[in-house]
Amino acid sequence: MNFLRKKLDDIKRPFAKGEKWEKLAPAINAFDTFLFVPNHTTQKGAHIRDAVDLKRTMVTVIIALIPALLYGIYNTGFQYLIQTETNFTFIDAFIHGSLKVLPMVVVSYVVGLTIEFAFAVYRGHEVNEGYLVTGMLIPMIMPVDIPLWMVAISTAFAVIIAKEAFGGTGMNILNPALTARAFAFFAYPTYMSGNKVWVSEASMVDGVSGETILGSLAAGQQVSYSMIDMFSGSIPGSIAETSTLWILVGALILILTGVGSWRIMIGGVIGASIMGILFNLWGANPLMSFNWINHLIVGGFAFGIVFMATDPVSAAQTEKGKWIYGVLVGIFCIMIRVFNPAYPEGVMLAILLMNVFAPTIDHYVYNSNINRRIKRWELSKVKTA
Amino acid sequence: MSKVISFKKGADIILKGKAKEVICDNVISESFAIQPDDFFSLVPKLEIRENDNISQGSPIFYDKKNPNIKFVSPVSGVISKIVRGPKRKIESVEIEFNGDKKIIHEIPKKLSRENIIQLLTLSGCWAFIRQRPYNVIANPNDIPKSILISCFTSAPLDVDFDFILKNNQKDFQKGIDILNKLSNGKTIVTVNSESNTFFDKINNVEIIKINGPHPSSNPSVQIQKISPINMGDKVWVLRPEDVVNIGLFFKTGIYQAQRTIAVAGSSVESPQYFKTKIGVKIEKLIEVAKLKTKGNVRYINGDVLSGSITSRESHIGFYNNLLTIIPEGNKYRMFGWLPFVDNNIPSLSRTSFSWLFSNKSFDIDTNLNGEERALVVTGEMEKVFPMDIYPMQLLKICMTGDIEKMEAFGIYEVVPEDFGLIDYSSTSKIEAQEIISDAIELMLKEVG
Repeated sequence: MNFLRKKLDDIKRPFAKGEKWEKLAPAINAFDTFLFVPNHTTQKGAHIRDAVDLKRTMVTVIIALIPALLYGIYNTGFQYLIQTETNFTFIDAFIHGSLKVLPMVVVSYVVGLTIEFAFAVYRGHEVNEGYLVTGMLIPMIMPVDIPLWMVAISTAFAVIIAKEAFGGTGMNILNPALTARAFAFFAYPTYMSGNKVWVSEASMVDGVSGETILGSLAAGQQVSYSMIDMFSGSIPGSIAETSTLWILVGALILILTGVGSWRIMIGGVIGASIMGILFNLWGANPLMSFNWINHLIVGGFAFGIVFMATDPVSAAQTEKGKWIYGVLVGIFCIMIRVFNPAYPEGVMLAILLMNVFAPTIDHYVYNSNINRRIKRWELSKVKTA
Repeated sequence: MSKVISFKKGADIILKGKAKEVICDNVISESFAIQPDDFFSLVPKLEIRENDNISQGSPIFYDKKNPNIKFVSPVSGVISKIVRGPKRKIESVEIEFNGDKKIIHEIPKKLSRENIIQLLTLSGCWAFIRQRPYNVIANPNDIPKSILISCFTSAPLDVDFDFILKNNQKDFQKGIDILNKLSNGKTIVTVNSESNTFFDKINNVEIIKINGPHPSSNPSVQIQKISPINMGDKVWVLRPEDVVNIGLFFKTGIYQAQRTIAVAGSSVESPQYFKTKIGVKIEKLIEVAKLKTKGNVRYINGDVLSGSITSRESHIGFYNNLLTIIPEGNKYRMFGWLPFVDNNIPSLSRTSFSWLFSNKSFDIDTNLNGEERALVVTGEMEKVFPMDIYPMQLLKICMTGDIEKMEAFGIYEVVPEDFGLIDYSSTSKIEAQEIISDAIELMLKEVG
């Protein structure tokens, strides 16, 4: 360890204050701090600090994402092989999936981190860890057949326009990963919807097709998958959103570690259930009469509410606000699904919409606190007058 | 039955090295000091020069804004050094202790409010009285809404006032009786609901029992429940030993400057209490309490959450009853950012297993355990902030310096120490206490 530390200190020398490459220090520091927690001590304020930091928090989210990602990789292979081969093993499916998914992960990280590093150097602050999660999320919510250059452009758009333009990590209004997906959705609609994009290589092999459940419902067709399939996730869909089971494992990790807000998750489930039950009672078309419990487990709802809606920066920040925000995400998600068959995936738009309204929700929560205080001031004036 | 107030939010951090209930009262220090920085936003005007001979109770400097308020010497002796910082700012006035000359004030039999204020300001005792909002020394022309004395502590390793003042019960009562004449409202003494102390037997006060984790002993936290500060309100706060000092002054006519100090922390070999005078030199206490290591340690005037950095050669702060010494943490930890590693570092977050051993006492150093980042995580500040205020929003507003919004979000009700746990628990390692301190300074300048 000491040897490595010495080596690193040597490498870092030209990046020190007043040296040749001083401006590039954030870039080298980002690598260094991934090996070692720095030796910085408290200089003001509290003299002792909690062991938690942003790296640890973000890595916890990534750990929570891994079950869904691994299943997504397997399912990518499974959906392809089930239509082309009669005999295949778990390993085959996993290998096929890895070859498809891992390049997307690499592209997302390389493009996103390059931009993040550039902005950190330009602005002279350290590289924030937020992108570690965003970079993982972007490929997880894309259809598997999307060309890599589209992933790259969507990523660049999300990081520059949705995040850095607003001031970087902590300042963004919209969830960057969802912005990337929304960008791809509107810029390249043929790669993002229809029945040819959800199963790998479906557009190249005749006879292979895969429609998402919500897509076929919107087209007025019957659903051929059982509830177990929907829950376990062996259905076509974006890479890692299909398996409610493994998403729930991630949710459990987020809630137990306190990293993700359980208020938003529960609020979202409540909102979606209410809306689903109301539509079931109405029952005017197949999407409306689609069992409300199934609404919770198909499509991106589970993934969205667990991993996207809980992004602390773009969600509401107050306790009360989180409840309201969560419930509204749930309500709007089902409403968009049912009312607008062109956008069967309502959760993306519902979350982006509520991202925009989250500051408004918080504003009213803060105002009630302020009004309480001002009322108290006025009461005391009356008393003393 | 006295009223009980419970707080749920907050956190107790248990550290190694709590002071043993032993008082060492035979330490004779030859050096004492009075440091203007202990008094928030005070501009001192010196009344003495180097090498002047002074008595115990002689004025050293006064408040430029209010020349009646004197700051006096805790001991008799010679002014050995006036330490100045940048722009000739007075950092410390050091006094070499010798002789036993004392200034004795005559205490009239019948005391009016004016008499009391005059005696307190002249004798140097007025500095014990601080006002909320802002935590500055109270203005003698104000009449406070109430006076609050928090007689227990909840900060890590902090002192037990019942133990250190057990022989001063009568003086404490005397101090309370004097303070009662200064306000039209109530005088409130708060105690921990879980222990029986002599403070329960104090008369002519409202006794309120408090339970809950740190920061339940902070006056701001208690005031918002008991007697919330509205715009224009003033609540005065004192520390228990200073009430005793006021009582002793009215008993003897002498500024006693009694101070019992706990030297605690994991770097101290025999953590214990010392009975001495205000502003004693730290080195003298360390000679008795002894350090465990020869290595680098941090000396903290006060507790680990809200105290200030000091050094072995420096002196104990004016209001402090506690000197904490913990190891410095300027070392690297390989892959220390991974969740669930280094569980020996206490953490309020569940990304470490240390919450499983919340009853264990920790040996913590001063490592930042990360680097400063943008504010990302929400909700963690609220967990350790038991006030009807949105801490993160208040901090953000304070950074913008919008005075009207700062008022609306509750700046009058807080002081930096209330944000100690927020500093500690922040994932983004922000310096909340500094932000609040700067904001209060801005308020003092703009609103007053």
